Amino acid sequence: MTRSPGRRLFLAAVMLFLAAPLLVVAGVSVNAQRQLLFPPRGFSLRWYGELLAQSDWLNALKNSLVIATSSAALAVAVAFPLAWFLWRYRVRHARLLWALGVAPFTLPPVVTALGFLVFWISVGLYGAMPATIVSHAIFFLTLPLVTISLGLESIDRQLLEAAATLGADDGATFRTIVLPLLRPYLISGYAFAFVLSLNEYIIAYMVAGFTVETLPIKIFNSLRYGYTPVMAAVSVLFVLVAGLIFGLIARFGDLPKLLGAYAGRD
Amino acid sequence: MIHRDRPQDWRGWAALAWPAAMLGTFFVVPFGIMLGVSFFHRVEGGFYEPAFELANYARFLTPFFAQVLGFSLGISALAALVVVAVAFPFTYCLTRLPRRSQVGFLVFILAVLSLSEVIVGFAWSTLLSRTAGLSNLLVWLGLLARPQAWAPGFWALLVGLCYLGFPYAVLVLYPALSRLDPELPEASRMLGASPLLTFFLIVVPSQRQALLSALIMGFVFNLGAFLLPQVLGRPQHWTLSVHITDQAVFQSNLPFAAAMAVFLMGFSLALIGLTLLLGRRGARP
Amino acid sequence: MSGLRIEGLSKSFGHVHALADVDLDIPHGRFICLLGPSGCGKTTLLRLIAGLETPTKGRILLDGVDITRVPAHKRDFGMVFQSLALFPHLSVGENVAYGLRVRGVDRARRRQRAEELLALVRLPGVLDRPVAQLSGGQRQRVAIARALALAPKLFLLDEPLSALDAKLREAMQVELRLLQQRLGISTIVVTHDQREAMTMADIVVVMDHGRVQQVGAPLAIYREPANAFVAGFIGLSNLLQGTLAEDGVRIDGHAVRVARLPPGLVPGAAVTLSVRPEEAHLRPFGEPGPNRLPAEVAFVRDLGASVEVTARCGEAELLVVMAPRERPSDLALGGRVMVELPAEACVVLAA
Repeated sequence: MTRSPGRRLFLAAVMLFLAAPLLVVAGVSVNAQRQLLFPPRGFSLRWYGELLAQSDWLNALKNSLVIATSSAALAVAVAFPLAWFLWRYRVRHARLLWALGVAPFTLPPVVTALGFLVFWISVGLYGAMPATIVSHAIFFLTLPLVTISLGLESIDRQLLEAAATLGADDGATFRTIVLPLLRPYLISGYAFAFVLSLNEYIIAYMVAGFTVETLPIKIFNSLRYGYTPVMAAVSVLFVLVAGLIFGLIARFGDLPKLLGAYAGRD
Repeated sequence: MIHRDRPQDWRGWAALAWPAAMLGTFFVVPFGIMLGVSFFHRVEGGFYEPAFELANYARFLTPFFAQVLGFSLGISALAALVVVAVAFPFTYCLTRLPRRSQVGFLVFILAVLSLSEVIVGFAWSTLLSRTAGLSNLLVWLGLLARPQAWAPGFWALLVGLCYLGFPYAVLVLYPALSRLDPELPEASRMLGASPLLTFFLIVVPSQRQALLSALIMGFVFNLGAFLLPQVLGRPQHWTLSVHITDQAVFQSNLPFAAAMAVFLMGFSLALIGLTLLLGRRGARP
Repeated sequence: MSGLRIEGLSKSFGHVHALADVDLDIPHGRFICLLGPSGCGKTTLLRLIAGLETPTKGRILLDGVDITRVPAHKRDFGMVFQSLALFPHLSVGENVAYGLRVRGVDRARRRQRAEELLALVRLPGVLDRPVAQLSGGQRQRVAIARALALAPKLFLLDEPLSALDAKLREAMQVELRLLQQRLGISTIVVTHDQREAMTMADIVVVMDHGRVQQVGAPLAIYREPANAFVAGFIGLSNLLQGTLAEDGVRIDGHAVRVARLPPGLVPGAAVTLSVRPEEAHLRPFGEPGPNRLPAEVAFVRDLGASVEVTARCGEAELLVVMAPRERPSDLALGGRVMVELPAEACVVLAA
């Protein structure tokens, strides 16, 4: 029943809609000339080189990478104990923290961004990179929180009981059973937070947009003054990085399950 | 014994205290301050001074604000409708594929989902531009006399919003649809219903709850779009999110921005609450 | 006091009483089966013994020492779980040696011990394989080896064979029994399969509704069930309602003499008569003799190795099992026969 041509055509049409703007951007990124032209005239990879050669683009790349790596790490560091606690104990009202953890993801981001803005102004860290890092960690906390919780729920409780009957105390069970089984989920949670932080605009902009320029901010700023092929090159790189990272998650983990297929209570 | 009611020693409590402190300090407190600032008095050239006035909220009553709000809600709702109308059958077809083939689609959808609004805006403005855009293709096919610029404009903005919201809607619909018992549509087919009729008679009604969630989540998500209106729209297409940022960053009117953000948050929370409420009622037999 | 002693043990989950006031004495070196239908409390009892649950009331003593509050990881018992609970991220050898690793035994010694144990359960040469590559029977053996690795004081198994197919299950029952006899280790197995319990156990503990119904050797329980539940659960039994008379039981107006009467029952009391199908006989209709009830053949099953005849006797249905050569030649549906219930085969139970 999956082989019907109508369905395939429909899937293909939607995928084309999703891919079309990216294909055009990929095309203009290899133009030999500076103008925005498609189909490309000539072929050149010089705009990819410019990204590393021009100090302002390179700086933005560095900022983005520093923010994404550290904020994703912080998000996992906050989400992991919370997910573990909620899984391990039944303390009344502790689930309120779960609601707080997933709230940023359900509200329009501009609301959270403004909250961060007034907060960092109040504590005097407005415009500092640590402010962006902490803000991103809190904003993307939802992703590691959900993936790690999913991972914990998928651990068969009899494994923990088996470890106990074999003489493992809580600490040993955590080190030898829980942590190794959770590793793919920890990595997925980190990777999700990393990719989204890399692409995030509004919070980075509101918290430190004028002092800490990230790649999305740099693209938008350049866009105001017209077109440069470097931003097409950066966009292509972003698509590739995201594709690569999600591809790796799919390769080493169960992507449909991570996204909620057949992962219900049983 | 594996799942105790409460921690036995300080280490267990520390696992709760640390995230609680982080979320409290960097999420609850900022929202508290924002709520406070929304009642503060604006100081020209600076930020604000403590006060309690409703002036910021009173500005909502102007025709200009009503027009901004009306446009924001309208285009968000329209985009959400279009997105769900396409994403629902798309996700349904996707979940009927073998699990192995789903992975490629999912990777691509996630990659699009994670794309910065800036990049989506830039990509669409390129695709709709006169020099590098789709219209060149139509000229080449002989359907158009000469290339045209289709952005900025209302339709460009709508398409952009749909593009932005589509992967999100797929991910909201995916869990429910992938758990839909494949024998349900098969039973309908055995009773003589065509695939299309089955889709509308069996699949759509059985997923009312997921559809509603996707619609509301998509609507709230679109309300948050902030760069697309600036890149793909004209100034009259600026949404509430754009005005909040504009007031906060360029007009330095934080109290008014905060008041608008509080309003937007309240509105979103009410909608999300409504979804949860309907979900609970739908779950009852 | 040597062995495991359970005193007044109860366990409630909210308002559900999973186990109610269980007393049990389990001597060392025996093979015990906890037998009962699902939800009878047998698994709860095993988990309480293992230390995986805390009792609501009562005590557990091992060699006279109260271990009720000792956590599972300090009890030194080995356990095989229903799902086997093999650690999916560890190899076969690492699974078997897990208990040694937790106790800080060095790598070389662990490997050596894992090899010994895998030889013990007759599964050599799989030390470095991932557990996912093993068959169901092999995984079973790994789980057993892992539980025995620390020479536990008590070997606990929770429905260990339920995931295997029927043939393999029967073979593993025999193997498990032989292994236990060789090691002389006190073993407690939870099962819902009475055949399995009869195959393996020295002592069967029949449970129902959170209570112990009967404790005894398998044959003793089969021959002398303590009540109608045990008679019905352990093998098949014909259960007939009647009233107690001076020298037997009256059923539907017919006198049935019995060899033994239960103490404490007075004539006129309502009783249940239990007769095993293989101990009842079919006789030609009208042939005189003691303990014969007239009946009508309702169904005949010719199974090859045996013949099973269902005969309707008034309200009751009686099952008679016989060898094929004892089968009456004129057996036909609706035909009239006599069913003989020999006096020494009749067990009288309180109704």
